[in-house]
Amino acid sequence: MSEGARDTANVAGDVQGERQLLRELVAYLRNRREPLREEWARRITSEELLGVMTAEEVFDEVTAVYENYVDALETGSFEALQAYARNLSERIVPRGVETDEVLGVVLLLRDVLARALFEEYQGNPSKLNAILDAYEPAANRIAVTVSVSFVQERERVIRQQQESIRELSTPVLQVRDRLLILPIIGVLDSQRARQLTEQLLHAIQTSRAQVVVIDVTGVATIDVTVANHLVQTVEAARLMGANAIMTGLSSEIAQTLVDLDVDLGVMRTVGDLQGGLEEAERLIASWPGAPPTRDAEGTPAE
Amino acid sequence: MSVAILRQGEYLIASVQSDLTDREVVDVRDELSRRVGAERIRGIVIDVSVLDVIDSFVARALRAVAATAALRGAETVVAGIRPQVAIAMVHFQLDLAPLRSALDLDEALALLDALASGGGGHGG
Repeated sequence: MSEGARDTANVAGDVQGERQLLRELVAYLRNRREPLREEWARRITSEELLGVMTAEEVFDEVTAVYENYVDALETGSFEALQAYARNLSERIVPRGVETDEVLGVVLLLRDVLARALFEEYQGNPSKLNAILDAYEPAANRIAVTVSVSFVQERERVIRQQQESIRELSTPVLQVRDRLLILPIIGVLDSQRARQLTEQLLHAIQTSRAQVVVIDVTGVATIDVTVANHLVQTVEAARLMGANAIMTGLSSEIAQTLVDLDVDLGVMRTVGDLQGGLEEAERLIASWPGAPPTRDAEGTPAE
Repeated sequence: MSVAILRQGEYLIASVQSDLTDREVVDVRDELSRRVGAERIRGIVIDVSVLDVIDSFVARALRAVAATAALRGAETVVAGIRPQVAIAMVHFQLDLAPLRSALDLDEALALLDALASGGGGHGG
């Protein structure tokens, strides 16, 4: 016990010795690269990780990562590994590889290598201890580097997608004189709802719309915030003298709105877009308020 | 005076010229409700298109004008609320109900005509 403690203390104090150990470790891992790589690939397959990739692809990546891994251990510089991990993430993120798979794969490599080291040095516990002291921190850093690269890549993709969703501006379409439709598709968050309200109100002003049909067929889910945004949009349109008709509320959304107790009293709702347009035509026809039709006011409506 | 009140047939048009002080809001309200009775007015248009802000005080005054005028037989329409003002109003939950709104003065007059000719305008 005291011997082991002294050994550890010696090793911890002796940077030179640690470098020596690391060199030995790297040489060992290089020598045994073939069986260790195969073992790693076998474990990946048996744990059903990276299911979206073919066996050859897994093996190619395993080979490349293994080399980078050992290089990083040797040089203590993680840049090459980081670059490779980022590049790898760029390739596998779009294919739907999950974070837990990547973490699993990285931890498997640690496990495979640690087992190999145990096997190699089991006759010499103090040496094993020293080797592990040198190996563990580096291995942890490598595992973190690879996982973080993957997560960062995923986040970058998510940000990019959010951006493009936001850029998909919601068009306000004029169907005929005084009638606009606003088809809403996708996720409606607070920012987009605000943008949408502004666009709609300006369109009401420029096209002198009387009726606006807001179609939410393309909206999958709705929550309290979004529902209130829609109510506010309808009210703002009304303040500007335009009637809003909401169409395409799915039964799930309708139930959610009822469950959430959102006050939709101000909204005129019609089942589908076609019905909404028909309702809009009726509203416009029965309301001779528009200046162009004002001249023809003497004509009976029937 | 920052509100010009013009008469056009049976309608009064109150055109707001600049931001209103609280005092002026009260004066306009009183003036309108007095003239509705005195001049047998059937409709009021309050044009607020120059206003950058409609706060709770102005909103309440508009509702009060409408309620008073309604009791004396006149409809009130608010005209020309700008998009940004409308957004701010719904954001602060300012409601003009039961007041009607119209896009601009033209629309407001047309709306009053339609109301006068029988609500929904089913007749000519």
